[in-house]
Amino acid sequence: MGCFSENSKLMEHFNNPHNVGDMENPDAIGHVGNAQCGDIMELYLKIENEIIVDAKFKTFGCAAAIASTSVLTDLVKGKSLSKALNISNKEIKEMLGKMPAHKYHCTMLAADALKDAIKKYKEKDETK
Amino acid sequence: MKKVYLDYAATTPVHKKVKKAMEPYFSDNFANPATLHQFGQDAKIGLDKARKRVANFIGAKSKEVIFTSGGSESDNLALKGVFFKLTQNKDFTPHIITSAIEHSAIINTCNFLKKRGAKVSYIKPDKNGLINPDDIKKEINKNTTIVSIMHANNEVGTIEPIKEIGKIIANVKKNRQVNNNDTPIYFHTDAVQTLGHIPINIDDLGVDMLTLSAHKLYGPKGVGVLFVREGVELEPLIHAGEQERERRGSTHNTPGIIGLAKAIDIADSEMEEEKERLINLRNYFLQEIKNSIKRVQLNGHPNKRLPNNLNVTIKGVEGEALLMSLDEAGIAVSTGSACSSTRLIPSHVLMAMGMSHLRAHSSIRFSMGKYTKKKDIDYVVKQLKPIVKRLREISPLK
Repeated sequence: MGCFSENSKLMEHFNNPHNVGDMENPDAIGHVGNAQCGDIMELYLKIENEIIVDAKFKTFGCAAAIASTSVLTDLVKGKSLSKALNISNKEIKEMLGKMPAHKYHCTMLAADALKDAIKKYKEKDETK
Repeated sequence: MKKVYLDYAATTPVHKKVKKAMEPYFSDNFANPATLHQFGQDAKIGLDKARKRVANFIGAKSKEVIFTSGGSESDNLALKGVFFKLTQNKDFTPHIITSAIEHSAIINTCNFLKKRGAKVSYIKPDKNGLINPDDIKKEINKNTTIVSIMHANNEVGTIEPIKEIGKIIANVKKNRQVNNNDTPIYFHTDAVQTLGHIPINIDDLGVDMLTLSAHKLYGPKGVGVLFVREGVELEPLIHAGEQERERRGSTHNTPGIIGLAKAIDIADSEMEEEKERLINLRNYFLQEIKNSIKRVQLNGHPNKRLPNNLNVTIKGVEGEALLMSLDEAGIAVSTGSACSSTRLIPSHVLMAMGMSHLRAHSSIRFSMGKYTKKKDIDYVVKQLKPIVKRLREISPLK
């Protein structure tokens, strides 16, 4: 559709994103992007014994940004924090399929959202 | 699926009558109008007639019309042509005044000329996209040689006070004459968006150069016009044959030029009625959007705007996501959001109007045309409501 292929994973996730919404008392929140670039992502994680047991997101951004965060939430669920940190934007990109090169930054931003959430979680943990 | 095209400001379909008028000039009356034999002369008759038609429509003489490959070339020719002429064998630094909301054909040409030594002032509009003629007046100095302000903005549709600016330039010309300053000052306007929507008369506007394009008014792509008032000297960009009084070489695009003239014919007879229809339709459209969706803001001037342009910000919704969802519903629109470009910077027009990044990223442009009907608008509004609701639910912005 438009600059994305019809029936692609990307459009599927854009049209029916997984894990959208708020989370009650999340253990970690990742916040990346800004108004200037036009993409803002919020990632909420539930963490038990260093395992991500639930993930939710909210995104202001284009179809690729929304799809990237949707895929990310699928990817992190059930993963240990150390394994989750290995999730790269490349993995997100591969899961979404073909997209124009100028959309790669959306996948990077999603990967950054996860790193930001885990970083904040660890900082919080240390101050406990 | 129903299809609704609301991107007429980007381009329009070629009118059936235009296509029919062009048809003979492809394979029957095909000859080069610059040749002397009867074949060529037959083509030249069509070309001359078309030139006269275009000239008449804007109140110009035939010899003041230069046919080009489109609006962008015309803009380039106006600015570079004058710049090259004035700096030829002369140690002179021309000053150019333009606006911060021009089409890229003007902005990027100015940026290029800046690298070549020109001084350029970019005048900012007010929050409605309107240029204040006084701001231009204040910026004029003894080296100012070109003032280029668009007739109407392509994104937000604001119609600029060209006539008022024309009067200021006319005064500067008079003063220079009195003071024996022989530096010329030329006023150029890019009227690509207004052609066929509102009347254009070069003397009424007080312009020395004016850009037109065929494909925005149901004519073919690849055809443009630069009106150049008698006495204005410019260097050609395309050095080749003697076409266009040696100001633009290359064999004429006869079918295209015939198509432009026909498109102008049609616009001339329908413009008044069509203008009213589109204004009513656009006002209805905005009202319907506002009735069904909260937190919607109009971008651009409330009434000094192109009849067919509706640009709104729908808060909390990113423009490209909205565009994509509308596309899935068969609706074609355009956005000033960054994601649509490779640069990630939102529209320079919206930013120059002093808009916040968020408001610019949440902007969407609907541009209507000849084939837009009320039932199309009703369909779009019906589709828009759930799409906005869904995207707002995904958005973290309140």
